[in-house]
Amino acid sequence: MSDILLAVRDLKVHFPVRSAGWRGAHCHLKALDGVSFDVRAGESLGVVGESGCGKSTLARALLQLIPPTAGQVLWLGEDIAGLGDRAMRPRRRGLQIVFQDPLASLDPRMTVGDIIGEPLRVFQPELKPDQIRHRVETLMGTVGLLPHMINRYPHEFSGGQCQRIGIARAIVLQPKLVVCDEPVSALDVSIQAQIINLLMALQRQMGLALIFISHDLSIVRHLSHRVMVLYLGRVMELGHRDGLYRNPLHPYTRALLSAVPIPDPDLERARQRVTLTGDLPSPLAPPTGCVFRTRCPMADRRCEEHTPLLEPAGPGRQVACHHWRRNADT
Amino acid sequence: MDELLSVADLETRFRTPEGEVAAVAGVSFAIDPGESLGVVGESGSGKSQVFLSIMGLLAKNGRCSGQVRFRGEDILGLPAARLNALRGSRMSMIFQDPMTSLNPYLTVSRQLTEVVVEHLGLSRDQARARALEALERVGLPDPAARIDLYPHAFSGGMRQRVMIAMAILCQPELLIADEPTTALDVTIQAQILDLMRVLKRESNTATVIITHDLGVVAGLCDQVMVMYAGRLVETGSVREIFYQPRHPYTRGLLRAMPRLDDIQDGLLDTIPGQPPNLQALPPGCAYQERCPQVYPRCRSERPELRILGPRRGVACHLELGP
Amino acid sequence: MIRSSPPAVELQHDIKGRSLWQDAVRRLARNRAAVASMIVLAVIALLAVFAPMLSPHPYDEIYWDRIQMPPDFANGHWFGTDSNGRDLFVRTLYGARVSLMVGVLATAVSLVIGVIYGAVAGFVGGRVDDIMMRLVDILYALPFMFFVILLMVMFGRNIFLIFVALGAVEWLTMARIVRGQTLSIKHRPFIEAAHACGVTRTGIIFRHIIPNVLGPVIVYVTLTVPQVIMTESFISFLGLGVQEPLTSWGVLIAEGARLMEAAPWLLVFPATLLALTLFAFNFIGDGLRDALDPKDR
Repeated sequence: MSDILLAVRDLKVHFPVRSAGWRGAHCHLKALDGVSFDVRAGESLGVVGESGCGKSTLARALLQLIPPTAGQVLWLGEDIAGLGDRAMRPRRRGLQIVFQDPLASLDPRMTVGDIIGEPLRVFQPELKPDQIRHRVETLMGTVGLLPHMINRYPHEFSGGQCQRIGIARAIVLQPKLVVCDEPVSALDVSIQAQIINLLMALQRQMGLALIFISHDLSIVRHLSHRVMVLYLGRVMELGHRDGLYRNPLHPYTRALLSAVPIPDPDLERARQRVTLTGDLPSPLAPPTGCVFRTRCPMADRRCEEHTPLLEPAGPGRQVACHHWRRNADT
Repeated sequence: MDELLSVADLETRFRTPEGEVAAVAGVSFAIDPGESLGVVGESGSGKSQVFLSIMGLLAKNGRCSGQVRFRGEDILGLPAARLNALRGSRMSMIFQDPMTSLNPYLTVSRQLTEVVVEHLGLSRDQARARALEALERVGLPDPAARIDLYPHAFSGGMRQRVMIAMAILCQPELLIADEPTTALDVTIQAQILDLMRVLKRESNTATVIITHDLGVVAGLCDQVMVMYAGRLVETGSVREIFYQPRHPYTRGLLRAMPRLDDIQDGLLDTIPGQPPNLQALPPGCAYQERCPQVYPRCRSERPELRILGPRRGVACHLELGP
Repeated sequence: MIRSSPPAVELQHDIKGRSLWQDAVRRLARNRAAVASMIVLAVIALLAVFAPMLSPHPYDEIYWDRIQMPPDFANGHWFGTDSNGRDLFVRTLYGARVSLMVGVLATAVSLVIGVIYGAVAGFVGGRVDDIMMRLVDILYALPFMFFVILLMVMFGRNIFLIFVALGAVEWLTMARIVRGQTLSIKHRPFIEAAHACGVTRTGIIFRHIIPNVLGPVIVYVTLTVPQVIMTESFISFLGLGVQEPLTSWGVLIAEGARLMEAAPWLLVFPATLLALTLFAFNFIGDGLRDALDPKDR
C-alpha cells in the first residue's frame, strides 16, 4: 500500500475532573484511552461512534489543539504529540481541520476573503494582497462559491455555503490530510449530499487523505475506505469498509448498524434488529474489563475481568472483543 | 366526520424586522384516529410551525389563520385557557430537546403528577401511581427509584422517555413528536423508535412525527407529508411516497440520502442550490431554482396541491405537461 | 426556524458584504433616542470647540462693572456673569472642553489598557490569568480618592494628571469585562480554527478576540465617559481639579451651588449641560447595546 501519513500509537487524552464538594478528589475523564491507527496518503478513514466516544477529542488531539496525555502521533514519521505552538506551526500546513458547526467556525467579523486567505497570510507572508485575492477567488470557484462573494460576511451565507468556506480555508494550503469533524451533521439532507460530493471530489483532485468523523454510519460508508468504530474512548473495531459493514465482528458495530433506519418502508419494517439496552456508561466511571460489556448481549465473566485487546481478525481487520469469532461468518 | 384533526388552508406568518414572512401557507390535511403521519422537510420548510400553530404555541411575533378542527371543534386561535384543557390531555407534544422541555427545578414526579391532577382530577396518590405506570410503560429502568429525581440526573435518552411518559399520561388522542430523536445517539434513537412502535400498536393514539430523517418515517409512519418552503408539495401513503414519489423534490430527497443498505460508489445525487429565502420567494413554484425539469409555467404559476386520490396529492406542473 | 439565504444575485462585479458593524449602525440609526442624543452631543462638542469665536468675551476677562449679572442678551452675556465678573457662557463652554476631553481621553486610556490586559488574561488563562486578575483586585481595593489626592499633592494640580488618574482607575472594570467576554469566546470554534491555521497567539488576540469583544466594550465605553465626567466634576467640586482661571463643569457647578440662592443661573446652565451630556451618553449606550445584540431585546 501507499505510504503512511499519520500513525497514531496508543493515544490517550485524559481530562482532570474535580468531583463535587470542596477539594473533591481528582479523577480523570478518559476521553481517549489507547487509540492506535494509521492513515495512508489519499485514503479516507471514517470514524464512527456515539456522543462521548471521544471522536471530537480525537480530531483535536491529532492537530495538537488539545495536548495528548500519552502516546504518539507520528506525522510523516515524526512524533508531534505535545509539540509546542511554535514547533507545531510549520507542520500545520499539511494537517488541517473542518469543523462541525459551519457558522461558528468562521470569525463573524471577517469577510470570506479574509477567512479563506488567513492561512496564506500566515504561511506565505511574501504574497501580495492581490495574489492572495486571486488564490482565494480561484479556490472559491473550486468549492462551489461565487467568487464575487469574496467581500461578504459569514452571516450572509447559508449553513451549506459556510461549510464550503470552512472547507476552502482547510485546503488553501494544499494539505495532505484534512480531519473532518462531523462536517455535515448540522446541515439539511439536500445540502449534506452536496458537501459530501465536494469532499469526495476534492479528495480525488488533490489526493487528500481524509479522517471523516461522524455519527452517521450511512455517510461514513459512502465516503470511507476504512472505518474505525469508537466506544468510550477505545477502538472497538477497525477494518475496510465493505468487510466491516457486510460482516461486523464486534457486537457494538452490529448494534450500531442495525440501529440506523433505512429509508425504505418494506425493508425497514422487515429488519431484524439488535437493540441495545441501557445507556452509555459515564466516561468518568467506565466499566471494568470491556467498556461495552454493560450493554453487550454477549457479555460474560471474562468480559468483566479482562479488557479485550485490539487483535487482528483477517486482512486489515482488527477487533477488540473476546467473542468476535462467534460473530464471524454468521 | 370521523377525522380526528382536520386542517384547512393554514397560514402562519411572522413579523420580523425585515418584513413579514409566511412560514406556512395554504396547508390542508387531515389525520384519522390511530393514524401515524410523518411530516418531512428541511429546516425552514415550516414543518414544525404547522403543528406549533395548531397547538397554539407560536412565538410572539407569529400569527396564523385558516381552520383547524379537532374532533369537529374549531381550535385555531382559542384563548389559552380553552386550549389548555386540550393540550396535555387530548393532544400533547414532544420536543426535540428533552432538557429544555423539562423544568430543571422540579422533580420528575412533580412534573408528571401535575399534569394528571390538573387534567383528570386524580388525587396525588392516584396520580403518582399513574405516573409510575407510565414511566414503566416507556421502559425507564427502575422507575420507582428514579421518579423523585431531578431531570439533570437523567441521560438524554431517559429524559426523552420521561417526556414521552408525560405526553401519554392522559392517553391523548393525538401525540405530536417534533424531531423526537434528532438529539439522541443512534442506539438510543433505536430504543425510542422501538418504544414509539410499541405505543402505537398498544393504543389508539394518532401520532405525528416531524422529522428530516426519511429512515425514521419509513419505519414508523402510515402517511407522509412532504413540505417545502412552507407548503405541502406531496402527500401520500408511506409506500407511495417512497416507491412512487411524484414530486421532483421528494425524488431528490430520497436519492440524496446515502443509504446503509445500498452502496452507490462515486458521487451522490444531489439537489443543487439552497432552500429559497422565504422573504423573497420567486413567482411560481418555490422549487424552480433547484428542479431538474422546469417548464415556463413553473416560473409564473404556483402549482396547487392536486388531489390524486383520497390521501394522495402532489403540487407540481410536471405531469401535466408544459 | 426561518433562515434567510442570500438572494441569488448574478452580478459580475463584487458584492459588498454587510458586516455586523454595518448592521449595527443601521439598527442604531433607527433608534430615535440614540440619534437625538448623538445630535445633542455633537452640538455640545462643536460649541465647546468653537466657543471663543461665538462670543465677544474671552473666558478669563474680568468685567469689574458686571459682577454676578443675570443673563442678558443685549450685552452678549447670554448666560450672565459669575461672581468675579467673567462671562458664564464662554466659561461653561470652556468647562465643556475640559470635561469632555477628560471624559474621552481618560476613557481612551482605560480602553487601550483594559482591552489588551483583559484579552491577554482571558486568552492565556491559567496561572497568568490568576496573577493578572488578582492584581486588578488589589488595585480595585485601593481607595481611589486617596490615590488622586496623593497624585495631586505630589505633582501639583495638572490636567494631564487627572487623565492619568482617571484612566488608571477606569481600566480595571474594562479589563474585567473584556476578560469575561474573552473567556466566553475563547472556546468558540473559529478561535480553534485560527489556531489550527497556524495563527500565532498574538495574532489570535488581535485579529480574532479583540474585534469580537468590542461590542460590549463599546457599550461600556459610552457609559464610562459620563462616569469619568462625573468623577472629574466631583474632584473639581472638592477643589482638586483644574486650576483657575481654567475651568470645568465640576468647578462651575461647585461655585453655582455655593451661590445658588443669590444667582441661580450660575448653577442652572452648567448643570443643565452636564445633565444633557450624561443623558445623551447613556441613551447612546442603550441604543448601541440594542443595536449590537438585537437578540437580547
